[in-house]
Amino acid sequence: MTLTSHVPSGPLDTAWDRHKSELKLVNPANKRKYTVIVVGTGLAGASAAASLGELGYNVVNLCIHDSPRRAHSVAAQGGINAAKNYQNDGDSIQRLFYDTIKGGDFRAREANVYRLAQLSVSIIDQCVAQGVPFAREYGGMLSNRSFGGAQVSRTFYARGQTGQQLLLGAYGSLMRQVDAGTIRLLPQREMLDLVVVDGRARGIVCRNLVTGALERYAGDAVVLCTGGYSTVYFLSTNAVNSNATAVWRCYKRGALFANPCFTQIHPTCIPVQGEEQSKLTLMSESLRNDGRVWVPKSSDDRRAPKDIPESDRDYFLERIYPAFGNLVPRDVASRAAKMVCDEGRGVGTTRLAVYLDFADAIQRLGEDVIRERYGNLFQMYEEITAEDPYHAPMRIYPAPHYSMGGLWVDYNLMSTIPGLHVLGEANFSDHGANRLGASALMQGLADGYFVIPYTIGHYLGSGGFGAVSTDHQAFRDAEHAVEENVRRLLAIRGKRTIREFHWQLGRLLWDRVGMARKADGLRDAIDKIRALREEFWQDVRVPGHGQEFNKSLEMAGRVADYFELGELMCRDALEREESCGCHLRDEHRTPEGDPKRDDENYAFVAAWEYAGNDTAPRLHKEPLTFSNIQLATRSYK
Amino acid sequence: MSAPNGIRSYRLRVWRQPGPTAPGRLVDYTVSGVDPGVSFLEMLDRLNEDLVRKGEDPIAFDSDCREGICGTCGAAVDGRPHGPQPNTTICTLRMREFPDGVTITVEPFRAKAFPIIKDLVVDRSAFDRVISRGGYISVNVGSAPEANLVPIPKDIAEAAMDTAACIGCGGCVASCPNASAALFVGAKVRQMRLLPQGDAERARRVLSMVEQMDKEGFGDCSNHGECEAACPKAISIESIATLRREFLRAALKG
Repeated sequence: MTLTSHVPSGPLDTAWDRHKSELKLVNPANKRKYTVIVVGTGLAGASAAASLGELGYNVVNLCIHDSPRRAHSVAAQGGINAAKNYQNDGDSIQRLFYDTIKGGDFRAREANVYRLAQLSVSIIDQCVAQGVPFAREYGGMLSNRSFGGAQVSRTFYARGQTGQQLLLGAYGSLMRQVDAGTIRLLPQREMLDLVVVDGRARGIVCRNLVTGALERYAGDAVVLCTGGYSTVYFLSTNAVNSNATAVWRCYKRGALFANPCFTQIHPTCIPVQGEEQSKLTLMSESLRNDGRVWVPKSSDDRRAPKDIPESDRDYFLERIYPAFGNLVPRDVASRAAKMVCDEGRGVGTTRLAVYLDFADAIQRLGEDVIRERYGNLFQMYEEITAEDPYHAPMRIYPAPHYSMGGLWVDYNLMSTIPGLHVLGEANFSDHGANRLGASALMQGLADGYFVIPYTIGHYLGSGGFGAVSTDHQAFRDAEHAVEENVRRLLAIRGKRTIREFHWQLGRLLWDRVGMARKADGLRDAIDKIRALREEFWQDVRVPGHGQEFNKSLEMAGRVADYFELGELMCRDALEREESCGCHLRDEHRTPEGDPKRDDENYAFVAAWEYAGNDTAPRLHKEPLTFSNIQLATRSYK
Repeated sequence: MSAPNGIRSYRLRVWRQPGPTAPGRLVDYTVSGVDPGVSFLEMLDRLNEDLVRKGEDPIAFDSDCREGICGTCGAAVDGRPHGPQPNTTICTLRMREFPDGVTITVEPFRAKAFPIIKDLVVDRSAFDRVISRGGYISVNVGSAPEANLVPIPKDIAEAAMDTAACIGCGGCVASCPNASAALFVGAKVRQMRLLPQGDAERARRVLSMVEQMDKEGFGDCSNHGECEAACPKAISIESIATLRREFLRAALKG
């Protein structure tokens, strides 16, 4: 299999415009004859469904939630980047592009990232027109704040609820098209298989989560917008229903999975408090605008933070990275926090935490300003920890947050299965080995509002495929496979709960393919995951039956897929004999201990092809070439 | 009273109903070993783990983000939607709010427009249908003007954000003796009324949203104010005043 990215040749800054002018179009009167199945209603899914509906396509839109407005994009806090340069501080499309490529440690596809930076400005226009209440200055103009990995202020925000407000904007546009009859909305449906007919994605099989019935939907293209897979770690900042099943089933149907080991560990989360915890809560990166990260200089220092004088504190990010200080990218901040904790200088009862301190900012700006900027985050912190961050520093620790890896897509956002398009966090395309803060919302909306409306027309306009009915043998086979999987899970009737297995797998992955990885640990993890997967299929207890609302059954299917995905993550991490972005291989460090990238041998996208449950997957490589920038050692010092 | 960090036990009375048309009843459970720092839903997770190990059916309840923003969770705790703590969803409510040994009653949100699916899970799709009738600004992708073209004073943007913060959980409906959705609908109408972008559809929006709200079987608002007290996002009943004013204006203008 050859991976063809379909990136246009020639200068980067005009590539997307030239590409658009060459894409085929579908006549307005013909658009309604095409059915597009959009799976998911987060920022990518809702914006894609709404835009395609506006164009006149016949859209079927499904989501696992009871309402499209609840997709996990809703929880994004800090903001969305755009190269508007409203602050006159030197921002430009080129700079946003460069920051994003560098932030991703030069492991993203250059042309996709450039297009993303170009589209960023139109996203803000669109969202403002929809009534998204972004923060404003007294003069009525839009306000910005700073985020990690950038030296300009380009992040637009709506308090600490930016994701919610952008999602409600997209959801409104989606519901408008539902009312107009262009979108058929199907909530509470979980996609459980992709249907491929004559080599093209022609439909899906899903489970109605209310009745338990299996349903088939046929169409001319499938647009997958099902988010990331950090829940594989059990404890993550993702929602409890976020899962990898849709992308995983597509992988098993032939879509290549790219860079599965690139998972972002977010530096500022509320630390783990106990085994009963069901998820971790993120504290927005925007807090690092005003908060200072520190630990005591000495590992013996057990004094309360307020009793530790300045001279005995180590503001380690400011010390190690004076140019970016507390606003270094996430992978760098997480690794530094792990390092000081490994030295025994962590704080709190578990000693797996560092301080995020607002005392200086409160003294400089006053408590009211800090309350206006971060009030809801401070309130959230207090609710969870019963501590008041206005008077004592927050304690934070890194936690799994985002997956840069995902299904491989070309420049048109199409996977290796013709007709299967993948948008947002579910694809791998724009963030390389580390995503910068406030870039996920940007990518989801760029893909949905401004890329897929053009590229899907090209695919559909190329024609050459006839109608497919849901009675086709491929649909029957796919439904039968799903039915069989459900039956098997329910028939085990073992002794251990689904949660126990998920927790155990999550711990293993966190230890072995989390913030630091090494060869023997990864090899051992693969063996352990296989053993655990075997135990799962023999001893898990899934209560209830299939023909009902059954949360346990939903979760069991997802956990079954996590074992397989976890193994692939380890394989990918093992294969990549370098350190880059989030992926720190202990064997590949500079003499100073910093991650050491190997551009000569590893400047490629690792795309894995499924070869059977018990056969090693095949690795394909898409070389990464850079025409616009010089590959450089990433430095924030 | 136990020590602040002491492990606690509770007697729970939980509404169990196998399906939409099946009869339901309150069933008693005991849950022990509860850390006061866990959330109400993590306490229910723990109970469910025990039930599954004993071969019983776990309690069905819905949740997703578990940080109070997606609006998926919701149940009445001792008769109060989302429980006793103000400005909190049930997923962020902590067990430290409940003294050791007390009895806690957990029921689904009850409203004619929110039929029960199973146990504590209700169908709130009525909200989506109301929004589909006008809870947005009709602007196609591609036709938006430059974002800073229309200045919006900071206080207006902030006031719009106050009502846009609604998470659509339905707590307001569940708290209202009439099961009215006036706060939910009012919040959206007020957000769009405050922003200049919403002006073009001002009359049409409120008329069609209210029409759909009535069709869904939500009751009328009679100024109890329970909704504001139950709202986890502190949305003010000022929104209901706006809704009334906008409706009257639109209806009179015909």
